Amino acid sequence: MLNAQDLHLTFNPGTPIETLALRGLSLEIPSGQFVTVIGSNGAGKSTFLNAVSGEQAIDSGKVEIDGIDMTRQPVWARARHVARVFQDPLAGTCEDLTIEENMALAKMRGQRRGFSFAVKQALREEFREQIATLGLGLENRLSDRIGLLSGGQRQAVSLLMAALQPSRLLLLDEHTAALDPRTADFVLKLTARIVAEHKLTTMMVTHSMRQALDVGERTVMLHQGRVVLDVAGKEREGLDVHHLLAMFEKVRGEALDDDALLLS
Amino acid sequence: MSRRQPVLPMSTYTLLGALEIGLIFSLVALGVYISFRLLRFPDLTVDGSFPLGGAVAATLIASGTDPFTATIAATAAGAFAGLITGWLNVRLKIMDLLASILMMIALYSINLRIMGKPNVPLIMEPTVFNILQPEVLADYVFRPLLLIFVVLAVKLLLDGFFATQTGLAIRATGSNARMARSQGVNTGLAVLAGMALSNALVGLAGALFAQTQGGADISMGVGTIVIGLAAVIVGESLLPSRKLYLATLAVILGAIVYRFFIALALNSDFIGLQAQDLNLVTALLVTVALVLPRLRQRSIGKKGG
Repeated sequence: MLNAQDLHLTFNPGTPIETLALRGLSLEIPSGQFVTVIGSNGAGKSTFLNAVSGEQAIDSGKVEIDGIDMTRQPVWARARHVARVFQDPLAGTCEDLTIEENMALAKMRGQRRGFSFAVKQALREEFREQIATLGLGLENRLSDRIGLLSGGQRQAVSLLMAALQPSRLLLLDEHTAALDPRTADFVLKLTARIVAEHKLTTMMVTHSMRQALDVGERTVMLHQGRVVLDVAGKEREGLDVHHLLAMFEKVRGEALDDDALLLS
Repeated sequence: MSRRQPVLPMSTYTLLGALEIGLIFSLVALGVYISFRLLRFPDLTVDGSFPLGGAVAATLIASGTDPFTATIAATAAGAFAGLITGWLNVRLKIMDLLASILMMIALYSINLRIMGKPNVPLIMEPTVFNILQPEVLADYVFRPLLLIFVVLAVKLLLDGFFATQTGLAIRATGSNARMARSQGVNTGLAVLAGMALSNALVGLAGALFAQTQGGADISMGVGTIVIGLAAVIVGESLLPSRKLYLATLAVILGAIVYRFFIALALNSDFIGLQAQDLNLVTALLVTVALVLPRLRQRSIGKKGG
């Protein structure tokens, strides 16, 4: 499904603020798998996600989605295969457009947009049904501007929008981080439901180790632009947050040792 | 007749004249609404594409082309100008405002080239107005009537277009380009399409202006953008709405109301304003229109608090 091979990316090369964001990161995700990605600040989580979605061009390496080489494709061309929910709840929807217009936009993701009306009655009914499953009472507010909704509501609608059009890959970029705990919990449960319902291949970046272990079926830890831990199945079931923390400390320690070697 | 005291210090003739020019500039205002509000692209190309439309239409008509073909050609020329501004921004990554300024000054030379001289008069030549004009109506009555029809048709077409999948993609590009891209919208293409549409309307307005005012002139574009923006801002304070079909209506009303205020100001002898004060009046009017909504908000805020 997703095949990222040996991704390299350096920000501001040749300057004092040079940053090695990705250093040979490779990750393969088979179809239908739900992978959670963790790592400390600057580990390359978001950069990796952006490299997959196309927002960030990479220096070298290859991004293949469903067997198609997408390395040089712009974001809008990849959108046919990739759906995405942003960390900022305001980023995933157009505040000037109504709820139904936002959904209509997502309904045509990756399709040819023509000159027929974007919101037709049949489509409106479909949207109404979909949005009713959220239980937020939004089904009667389809023609309201989405800017009137709260961050949590908008994030929930973003998730629905991601599943309106069958996509191969769902990218979630710390999409609960900006929400209050109760809303975050609601959005996370919704995520699990939508991913299961549509059997989506999913990559969820999170800063919470608890979350990383609770949802999905495989967990990957990034450090300094590489995959340093990759657990799934039985091995993952036995893991707890303190195990992850210990592993995290270990890889960080090793990294420090590497640096110490270099410096000595 | 001369004994009757008019309520307004304006004759019917002046009123209809103001309505006529207001309607023409409502096309400019709709174009400005598309670039400034929907695409959030500060586009000054209009100062060049308005006289471009006039130059193309007047030159073609003067050389014997029928006025309808000439008007369509002028609209297409405007669209092309907008396309180039968009291209400078999208492809060559030149800042939006600067790209439009470059296009604007380039058009000054291009317009002179098209006309071959600083102005092309249309005195005896046929225009879309005098061809269609029925015998029973005076020209100064028929012109605004025809323009009302044209402007309403354009408004309804725009409302329809921006409700289509393509129109929605253009609006999304202006509202949240990152989101639009992630939904598969080729945002570069959307900007090009929106800019072409915007300047096509301005080109059309220029063509109609040249045909009502007796010709095209190289300096007819000066301040077009300010008048267009003034109309948008006046319209938005008259009829504030986020609904597109109301917003386009507001913009049209804004252009007409703006023109009436200008006519009123210039025709009121007691104020002592003259034609050369036009730009000062415009600046004052826009300032008032910008400040009024905030004052209104503040008074509501006081009541609430």
